[in-house]
Amino acid sequence: MALNYDFEWGLLLENPHKEWIIEGLAHTVGLSLTAWVIALIIGILIGTIRMTQSPLLRFIGTAYVEFFRNIPLLVQLFIWFFVFPLMLPNDLMFAWNRLPHVPLITALLALSLFTAARVAEHIRAGISSIPKGQFDAARSSGLTQVQMYRHVIIPYAFRVMIPTITSEFLTVFKNSALTLTIGVAEITGAAKAIEAWSFHGIEAYTVASVTYMTTTAIVVLFMSWLEHRLRIPGLIARK
Amino acid sequence: MDWNVIIVNLPFLMKGLWMSIKLAVLVICFAFPIACVMAVGRISNRLWIRYPSAIFVNIMRSNPLILIVFWFFFLVPILTGRPVGDFASVMIGFVVFFAAYFTEIIRSGIQSVGRNQIQAGLSTGLSYFQTMRMIVLPQALRNMIPALITECVIVFQGTTIAYVVGLREFLNSTFLVTERTLRPAELYIFAAIVYFIVCFAGSLLARQLEKRKVIT
Repeated sequence: MALNYDFEWGLLLENPHKEWIIEGLAHTVGLSLTAWVIALIIGILIGTIRMTQSPLLRFIGTAYVEFFRNIPLLVQLFIWFFVFPLMLPNDLMFAWNRLPHVPLITALLALSLFTAARVAEHIRAGISSIPKGQFDAARSSGLTQVQMYRHVIIPYAFRVMIPTITSEFLTVFKNSALTLTIGVAEITGAAKAIEAWSFHGIEAYTVASVTYMTTTAIVVLFMSWLEHRLRIPGLIARK
Repeated sequence: MDWNVIIVNLPFLMKGLWMSIKLAVLVICFAFPIACVMAVGRISNRLWIRYPSAIFVNIMRSNPLILIVFWFFFLVPILTGRPVGDFASVMIGFVVFFAAYFTEIIRSGIQSVGRNQIQAGLSTGLSYFQTMRMIVLPQALRNMIPALITECVIVFQGTTIAYVVGLREFLNSTFLVTERTLRPAELYIFAAIVYFIVCFAGSLLARQLEKRKVIT
């Protein structure tokens, strides 16, 4: 099978391609890091309220998770981008449309809320994995429910959950590629633009793939180091 | 809000939904058998089988689906030397991508079956492949049914990505109607509700099956 294709790797270093790639990298990394941090905060909140005694709070938590997990991210992006501004009162809508980088802000909003639902699931699984004795011990030493979570359960659960929480970063990192559909110039979008511009798809998509694969490799290495550092004595190490 | 726009365009939208379902079902039907073979390869003792499957799975899992779709959309016509149509290009990308995820599910399913089952199979005179096919895989399949159903829901959600190459699945049909009618609110909310119903039903089914006892 003859491959009918002329490789021209040099064109990646030519402008405007080089600028697109650099901008794409910055957007992908910046967007996914920010979204991940916001998602952790919201996710921990939602995950925790799902473990409380109050049926109302539990229902809110469950509804949040089911809602965001069962609608495809791309549909959510479109709703935040096309529908959400229409739902705002008029003056707010104008203010929203006047914001700089509306696509970027929308992408951040959608990615954070979507990822938060996934984080909340991991948090719940982590908390459920804590032996019941920890809860009893905390309560019997006189801690209130909030204190119990704050000082005993969450620090414990967090260490159990480090692998899933870190790999959630990789999920956001990959999901950020979807934001090209609403006009965020992230790395996959940059690669697509170079392909459309020069028809050198192999070179362009290689840049994007290498970005994702290198990041994955780095995060996986970091994760195993961190997991080793923070393992809870007495728990059997994974693998 | 004017929900009439949905009723008027319902036939067009349903054609899109049918395309999404067709795409998801075909992807699952092709990806699953490939994944079964690769999962066995992934735990093989022969390094020349194990490493290539591991590398393939890890490459696929570290790339976003949308990028894989772009890759195949670009590569398939070049490799085959002739246009094969959007549907085929997208299908191949999806199948390759989701085969990697199914492989990992099947692998962990196989590894959830006790080692003594394999030893027992081999010691009764079955060959390695007979042991796999008749002893290990039936038990493994049962253990991994919930994870497989969850993955099928993810495949269905993933079909929305075909939007980026203009394949007329449900999301793309919705988008086309919004372009024509300028009623994004009703249409996207309708799309979200439809996706939610299908995916939530799948999630509930997976959870129900998870409650059954796992064989070890």
